[in-house]
Amino acid sequence: MKKLFYALTQSLGLESGQQNGRPQGFEQLGRVVPDASRCVQCGVCGYNCPVGIPVRDYAHRGLPVDDPNCLTCGNCIQVCPRGTLRWETKMHGLIVNRFPTMILPTPVSPNETAGLS
Amino acid sequence: MNPIHYLIIGNGAAGVSAAETICYNDPAGKITIVSAEPHPMYSRPGLAYVLLGAISPKQVFARQPEWYAHHRINLVHGQAVQLDSVKQQVKLDNGQVLPYDQLLIATGARATPAPYRGSDLQGVVFLDTLEGTRDLIRQAKRARRAVVIGGGITALELSEGLAHRGVETHYFVRRNRLWSQVFNDGEAKVLEERMREHGVIIHYNTEAVEILGNKRGRVRGVQLKSGEEFKCDIVGVAIGVKPQLDLVRETPLKVDRAILVNEFMESNVPHIYAAGDCAQVYDRWTDQYMLDILWPSAVAEGRAAGLNMSGRQSAYVKGSPFNACLLFGLHIAAIGQINPGRETPGADGATGDEAEVVQHLSRGSSEVWFTLPQLYASAWSEDGPNTVRLVLSGDYLVGALVIGDQSLADSLRYIIENQIDIRDLIPALRAGGRALRQSVTQFWYQLSSSQAQSPLYQQAR
Repeated sequence: MKKLFYALTQSLGLESGQQNGRPQGFEQLGRVVPDASRCVQCGVCGYNCPVGIPVRDYAHRGLPVDDPNCLTCGNCIQVCPRGTLRWETKMHGLIVNRFPTMILPTPVSPNETAGLS
Repeated sequence: MNPIHYLIIGNGAAGVSAAETICYNDPAGKITIVSAEPHPMYSRPGLAYVLLGAISPKQVFARQPEWYAHHRINLVHGQAVQLDSVKQQVKLDNGQVLPYDQLLIATGARATPAPYRGSDLQGVVFLDTLEGTRDLIRQAKRARRAVVIGGGITALELSEGLAHRGVETHYFVRRNRLWSQVFNDGEAKVLEERMREHGVIIHYNTEAVEILGNKRGRVRGVQLKSGEEFKCDIVGVAIGVKPQLDLVRETPLKVDRAILVNEFMESNVPHIYAAGDCAQVYDRWTDQYMLDILWPSAVAEGRAAGLNMSGRQSAYVKGSPFNACLLFGLHIAAIGQINPGRETPGADGATGDEAEVVQHLSRGSSEVWFTLPQLYASAWSEDGPNTVRLVLSGDYLVGALVIGDQSLADSLRYIIENQIDIRDLIPALRAGGRALRQSVTQFWYQLSSSQAQSPLYQQAR
């Protein structure tokens, strides 16, 4: 599995290296990134973290959660009541840059639209 | 040179962010924070999640006592009662006198008590302080029936929390629609449906006039305007907040609804600054001095005040007020001017209610939300519980309310905050429905790719 992962990351041209004590290549999985302006420091994120990372402190400073113990489980993102946290992957940036049309919506037929003004 | 004495009154979002900024800017300065509550700083918006049971009360502390020691901040517990701007000192209720070179008033706001008789009975609860919330949780264990009075986010959070704790919760709406200053008919319907799913019973056109008590001084029920008596054990009151201005009452400080400050967060008296809920800041969107009861605004104002106090002059530009919250499992993001006022003329819009709106500013909302832009038009898209309402003024977007699916919230916020011209987009927006969502997405994509670096990436850094 690990080998496959290396092969995948290398084939996509991503640089890999040891980071924060995590195994090589694993940082490519992604990380939790906060939007400090949405955070109200309620602490729901850290309370729900299975390994007790103080996610709130990262969010306060607007820093990505680069904790070596992060399991990348995504609990904190799911429970945050204000939508402060999101998942950021290098893969995602790469895909968006290479295939920008992928995220564009498809046009709709006029009978599907209805609205008030 | 002697170190500068910085005195900060208030241990909330604004006070602590100011202290942090000063600490960074002037490491030699002596910082003292006066806290009226016997705790380190805690997250007031987080109290709703304590009530809901999402976190334990211990978890709500955003700073530990060690944090203050580590930043060499002196935390003093006590209520500031007297301010002498000539001698430059503040007196506390325990007799202590604290001199200052630079003073920040960040006393925040407190819940307005119910304007009826019987509002001091046991069983009348607020979601405002940590003590109050603990007491509320204790009472909710025994209570069977609760009444929640008030419009606004806090009232909804209160009813959600009580319902989750197994109390039969009745929510009183004064008119025929929920929070008519912010929600339009469609949005109110979506939220009302969710409330019913969560077990909250909504009573329309119902108003309490008195809280009734029994012999032991406990709540027995409420007297309705229609003359009926409604039995309950708890009355949750969240009709709004009032900036705490007792300290500045007899001082030369200029006060309107709160302390008036210039763009450097400075009041009319030198060396006295104000930030947070108790400061009224110039708003470039409405061209007026506006009151924000929002956490992000308080943090930004505190930071600006901290910079100016420690000698780094920097003007504070108020962003468009933004709040994101989770109510009954629905994410709601409100940005800028979102009054649905003119859409329902005559019925129950905000026309003629201006004075009342100001009075009933509740926690988590901003005065700017309730104002109407000069040229008003709106666009609306509905898809089950996911709604988007845009408020347009001329060629610009001035407000948005996004309920449910939040994928558009960040892009809309960027468009509003940076006053991006959207005149080409307006016909598509007015069409509403799915076309609205798609045209915003498309516009956002073009915007991000047209700039050298996408705003999303800049935001991430």
